[in-house]
Amino acid sequence: MNDIVQPPPCVEVRDLSKRFGSVQALCDASVRFAPGRVHALLGENGAGKSTLVKCIMGYYRADSGMIRVDGVAQAIRSPQQSRALGLGMVYQHFTLVSQMSVAENLVLGRARIPARIDWKAEHRALTEFMRTMPFRLDPARRVASLSAGEKQKLEILKQLYLGRRFLVLDEPTSVLTPDEADQVLSEMRALAERGTLTVVLITHKFREVMRFAQDVTVMRGGRILATAEAASTSIDELARRMFGQATVTTAANEARAGVPAGAYCEVRDLGAHGDRGTLAVVDTSFAVRSGEILAIAGVSGNGQKELVEVLAGQRDAADGAILVAGHAYRRTRSQMQRYGVFVLTEEPLANDCVRSLSVMANLALRRYDRPPIAWHGWVRRRVLRRWAEELIARYRIRTSSPLARIDSLSGGNVQRTVLARELSEDLRLLILQNPCFGLDAAAAAEIHAQIAKARDRGVAVLLVSEDLDEVLELADRIVVMSGGRIVHEVGRAQADRYELGRHMTRTSEAEAA
Amino acid sequence: MPSSSDSAVDQQPLTKLPAAPWSRQLSLASAPAYAAALESACLSIGALVVALVLFGIFVAVGGHDPLAVYGALYLGAFGTRFSIEGALTQASPIILTALCTAVPARVGLLVIGGEGALVLGGLCAVLCATASAGAPGWIGALVALLGGTCAGAAWIGAVGALKQWRGVNETISSLLLNYIAIALFNHLISGPIRDFSQTLKATSWPVPPAFGIGSIPGWSVHWGLVIGIGLCIVLFVVLRYTTLGFSMDILGGNRRAAQVAGLPIGRLLIVACLIGGGAAGLAGAIEVLAVHGAASESLIVGFGYTGILVAFLARQNPLAVIPVALLVGGISASGGLLQRRFDMPDATTQVLEGLIFICVLASSAFAGRIRWLAR
Repeated sequence: MNDIVQPPPCVEVRDLSKRFGSVQALCDASVRFAPGRVHALLGENGAGKSTLVKCIMGYYRADSGMIRVDGVAQAIRSPQQSRALGLGMVYQHFTLVSQMSVAENLVLGRARIPARIDWKAEHRALTEFMRTMPFRLDPARRVASLSAGEKQKLEILKQLYLGRRFLVLDEPTSVLTPDEADQVLSEMRALAERGTLTVVLITHKFREVMRFAQDVTVMRGGRILATAEAASTSIDELARRMFGQATVTTAANEARAGVPAGAYCEVRDLGAHGDRGTLAVVDTSFAVRSGEILAIAGVSGNGQKELVEVLAGQRDAADGAILVAGHAYRRTRSQMQRYGVFVLTEEPLANDCVRSLSVMANLALRRYDRPPIAWHGWVRRRVLRRWAEELIARYRIRTSSPLARIDSLSGGNVQRTVLARELSEDLRLLILQNPCFGLDAAAAAEIHAQIAKARDRGVAVLLVSEDLDEVLELADRIVVMSGGRIVHEVGRAQADRYELGRHMTRTSEAEAA
Repeated sequence: MPSSSDSAVDQQPLTKLPAAPWSRQLSLASAPAYAAALESACLSIGALVVALVLFGIFVAVGGHDPLAVYGALYLGAFGTRFSIEGALTQASPIILTALCTAVPARVGLLVIGGEGALVLGGLCAVLCATASAGAPGWIGALVALLGGTCAGAAWIGAVGALKQWRGVNETISSLLLNYIAIALFNHLISGPIRDFSQTLKATSWPVPPAFGIGSIPGWSVHWGLVIGIGLCIVLFVVLRYTTLGFSMDILGGNRRAAQVAGLPIGRLLIVACLIGGGAAGLAGAIEVLAVHGAASESLIVGFGYTGILVAFLARQNPLAVIPVALLVGGISASGGLLQRRFDMPDATTQVLEGLIFICVLASSAFAGRIRWLAR
């Protein structure tokens, strides 16, 4: 099972097509993933990257075309079949059991587990296995104690342990710090160069492609536009192909003359409990003025999620106060409407949307009870529909109809839907959490521009983000959150990436030690 | 539970729809309303057919001819004018108790307390009628109906309040409250408010005959049926077309989204429970005023539980409750005929109802997976 010398499979797809209703998700895609190389799949959201990969993995069945593994045509009908062929996938979200040890998680994934497990022998075998790996984890450690980077490594180790020699990594670096990302990817590259592994890297990030991939395939609108060696191409060329005619704009963010005084939103000594009952947010105070973007930077899991949930009304504060426009803010609908408070939280489909309702209904979430849509307690469907169609057009939401269910949309389009709803005309305080998480560069730039535009209109913006590039691009002021506290504050002009990074990781290092 | 098809969205053309035929504008919910409605209709009818087949096997094992039993079922339910009237009379309370499950389901609560609310509604109707004895007939009837409604509403409203402020599981609390309601009912009719002239079984004081609800002219079906159907239509319109209904759909779909929207979650939960409980309480009051003329054990015959079945078969849609309740009412009404003709126990129809319930619950696993529907 752990036979490393066996060469990795060569996977080739020919004229693969897949259609979902009226959407051609994949159109005559042909590509060859050469064994022992890192192959990047680059494309916007909805470009067809995941559809292509899921066809190979047996989650979808292609309408036409064929998949060849080591030159043999295979009809892959189920994930089990692809696993048997040695194809594996590492997802964006972790699939580990956090209460269990590393060893238990590895053994757990095996197809056949004996009724009685000889743990001594398993541990010996695992230590032996780890010795052949470029990165190691102590089999006895509990998964809960692992950092995000280590979990990601464990996911990869699991695939290798299970004998998968063709690995698809779905945006593996979205949860990692830059250092961890570099480390994981360079080790994947090393494995590939030793001829033990073929890696397919799904990504949006040009830097990762240029640095770690040997081949790169660009996709757009379900088609494969080009495949090239990474060394023979350039970021500019890739960007041109990936975005087509659309230009990549960055949010205009010239130095702004003085921020208006007076806080619009003030948070005082806020404390909040996390899901496990421990204090996740501790004595946090900050103020956001109208017309400025205050960014809260930090590594994921340092209290940002709980802070945003308190502000959004999804979690109760343990102590402290929130003031908006000088009044105690109780997060009721009438206050939200009076003070113009709008929120975009993480994972909008789970947190901000109603899956079972239509795009139109989700767009109306904030407006359905006010004129012109509401009329004496009645929802005026015609008005609502016109209004929704206008928003869909203005924000270029790709949906088959305003009546399509929101969960039939791609992630980027869900994000756009929520943003279209939240960036309304009465916006005065905008609270955002990782607004561009998982979005491609063009969509992110567009959203950044929208946020900057809102700020220029005089909106107070609180941007909670794990993406330091985003923070540095947009923020007027930056605070760093670590271990549930605000540990650092700096103006944008004085902000320094490495200094911020040091503050972001300070407490988490202290905790780990 | 609201189930709608994922694949249904697929058949929407990318081009804009023509300006709204009325039927397409029906739903704020998922993609083309008619496709979703067609799907749930198909699932319900499919479940019904499977249940009938299983029932046929059950009957055959018992040594009877399934086809003859189906025939008797039909005859007993809808075959004659007399049996249709029986079915309608049976359906009348079931329509209302179904709302007790269907309306809270819109905000994501699974309430099964229709039986308790109905019993208390009947009890309270007797008390109100007794208290207003001497008043003109229609005033007394109105007071009794309102009293019953309020009792049921308060009963299930308490379930909602316990859920919101004490985190008590609404399914468990509403189930247990059924037992309390029935115990309270039995205690009162066998003692404090017992009519001792009735010796056959414990019966409460009689309702003044002037307060009774009469029959629809030309039919031996009381006006309660019309009240039930009217309430279903009103609730359908309210849930579909008003901001209140919209708020409930958001809350029922995703509590976290409702929080982000700042909706008054506690109030919505309780309003939904009040409406549902009120409907079941009204059912009890109508049964007392129109059928029994007093509160007795005959009120505790499982209308509340049958209502749960109807609500699920109607997929929590108040409008669909009407035909489903008529169907289930028919099945219940045909019990007597099965008993007489095949010497089967009266409870045989309950076996069929149970089978239907299981099949309907199982059928929701197929939501969104029917290929040909997505074409």
